[in-house]
Amino acid sequence: MSCHTAVAEPELAQQSPEPSGVRQLRTVALIGPPNSGKSTLFNRLTGMRQKVANYPGVTVDYHSGKMKSIGRSDLTLIDLPGIYSLATYSEDARVAVEVLTGRMRGVPRPDCVLLVLDATHINRQLMLAAPVFSIGLPTLVLLNMSDELDKRGGQIDTLALAKELGHPVALISAARNKGLEVIAEFLARESAAPDTGSRPVQLPILQSPAITRGWATQVTSRTNYITPATARWTQRLDGVLLHRAAGPLIFLAVVFLVFQVVFTLGQPLSNGLGNLLTALGAHAAGLLPDGWLRLLLRDGIWNGMQSVLVFLPQILLLFLFIGILEDSGYLARAALIADRLMRAIGLNGKAFIPLLSAYACAVPAIMATRTIENKRERIATILVAPFMTCSARLPIYTLMIAAFIPNRLFLGGIVGLRALVMLGLYVLGFLAALITAKLLNSRVLKASPAPFILELPQYRWPTVRSLALRLYDRGMLFTKKVGTIILSVSLLVWVLSVLPVHRMDGAFRLSELTSSVVGHLGHWIEPVIRPLGFNWKIGIGLLGSIMAREVIVGTLGTLYGVDPATHSLALQTALQHDMTLAGALALVVFYAFAMQCMSTLAVVKRETNSWKYPVLQFCYMTGVAYLAALTTYQVLSRLL
Amino acid sequence: MSSTSIAITALSVAKVGSAGVVEQIDLPEEVSNYLAHLGFLPGTSVEVLRRAPAGDPTVYRIDGVEVGLRNETARHIYLRLTSPPKTHAAPTNGSAPKNGAHR
Repeated sequence: MSCHTAVAEPELAQQSPEPSGVRQLRTVALIGPPNSGKSTLFNRLTGMRQKVANYPGVTVDYHSGKMKSIGRSDLTLIDLPGIYSLATYSEDARVAVEVLTGRMRGVPRPDCVLLVLDATHINRQLMLAAPVFSIGLPTLVLLNMSDELDKRGGQIDTLALAKELGHPVALISAARNKGLEVIAEFLARESAAPDTGSRPVQLPILQSPAITRGWATQVTSRTNYITPATARWTQRLDGVLLHRAAGPLIFLAVVFLVFQVVFTLGQPLSNGLGNLLTALGAHAAGLLPDGWLRLLLRDGIWNGMQSVLVFLPQILLLFLFIGILEDSGYLARAALIADRLMRAIGLNGKAFIPLLSAYACAVPAIMATRTIENKRERIATILVAPFMTCSARLPIYTLMIAAFIPNRLFLGGIVGLRALVMLGLYVLGFLAALITAKLLNSRVLKASPAPFILELPQYRWPTVRSLALRLYDRGMLFTKKVGTIILSVSLLVWVLSVLPVHRMDGAFRLSELTSSVVGHLGHWIEPVIRPLGFNWKIGIGLLGSIMAREVIVGTLGTLYGVDPATHSLALQTALQHDMTLAGALALVVFYAFAMQCMSTLAVVKRETNSWKYPVLQFCYMTGVAYLAALTTYQVLSRLL
Repeated sequence: MSSTSIAITALSVAKVGSAGVVEQIDLPEEVSNYLAHLGFLPGTSVEVLRRAPAGDPTVYRIDGVEVGLRNETARHIYLRLTSPPKTHAAPTNGSAPKNGAHR
């Protein structure tokens, strides 16, 4: 079994002997190759107190946080991108080098480095150690996943490795929270270490990978390293999950299961939250005097915000599943299964990851396309990404489906009609992305293929901690959106729905809905949307949601709340009275295709550095959405 | 190598279950550098694990890590076959632990 020595202290040769006061430790950098468990460790060390920020000038995100979990709130931990080497041909590596050498604007130069390596692949992982050491900062080498190493019969002599490397080495397991106390010890010792003045920081000497690899192999051979056996479970699972016939079927089943649970579990939770919020609103309104203020707060703000906020359970469930699929290692297998399809439409396999993340939100997906070196492929990916069904479409989809699609079950209750319709909408968006990519490829852009190289991590149980952290992030983001965009648009819609104020019998009176500004605007645009089966209230919702897709639900909540005819009804019931099934389906089809998101347009403008692409994208997507909704309504209203 | 076989073949045509040693990589520097950091370097042993459901990409085990490559890339990596399907010889370094985990 491997020895869990704490910090094996090597004979440090490079520290200068002249003491000049005690070093002031402030910033610690965390670096490691992809799949080394770096983010798990980062979450362990910082907990909830982390921030996501952008490096100035580049789109590589970085997390930083106070190391509160190990009692060092005075220290800031900076998480560097996961990279294999410091050779600066990738933007990620360039960022890492600039931060480590203190040349990144707005980021303080780290005082020491935590280097995380996967203990089960020491040979390969050590290739990053050489260039990191050559930067000359005090470095603690953390061999992560010690539990895996143990379990699979691997072994390493950390003391011998520390001597070879000239830096302290420790075995840890970030996932199991084992051995992490060495980090605090290392930091305490570095804080107490005599200040040697600012060390010379030099660029790493980059040798050819073959030389670095030779060095790594030589080092490992002197540390009694026993390569762990291959993970049996990964082999067995891959035998099934990547099986010629079963693999793709399981992939589809997994996707379907996600939607099924989002409905069967999410709907009652959402209803419960809705009832709670309604009761809360009614109670609060009861405390206010009758008058315009009460109307403003209840009808204007609360109704709008509440109708969007109730979708929080579904959003969290969706992200819980995405988190499980990603953390367990299944997502990489999905990319492998889908690669053939991606290539058929002329997209790089690397486009799969950004496109997959577009299921959450198109904005980070578009930023993630920076990893695609070929400019044309990158632009193609940017242009198709917003067709993927992002989580902002979830509220309107769930609302319309719950209101109009009966809860019918097939196949002994396993397959629900509602989940099927939802899956259909996701497929619709995906097909639109495929066809658009194909069109772009043959017409607009001529792409040359870049290689598809995908590391398949071994399967691991996702940790509750990292899942909880994701959900917290997502939940905050969603709530923030409700508190800002949704609140302001709902407020605006309400104000416009009671204006103009006119004098009647000597008193000021608010307008009736139909004679208000909104009413006039709605009736003015109605001829355009009537052929799609939408009434004027939906039209107002469509206008408002050019800001963001969820806004339509808030706007409808406000409008139906203001209308005396539907005032007392729940939004679902109000819609059932006001729309046909054909119109409802046309509406969700419209949302599957339409580009209703200011943030996405802004990020496309920034990333392509031109107005051409966002304008093209907006016109194209809105055009497709209009025609598709028109067809849906015209066909279905004749059939149904 | 003591192996009697001197058959050199492209990685893309090696059968599932066969193993060999990387002999040469003919790819642009940027690609070969990336592959090198995943372990694809002359002298490293590699095993063909399985093909994706559509027949491409293929998953290889190099250095204890599984990497998926399209045939169009694997075509430019040459290996000297050391073992036919199933029996896999010693890894690059260290003693092989009790094996038997292959597929």
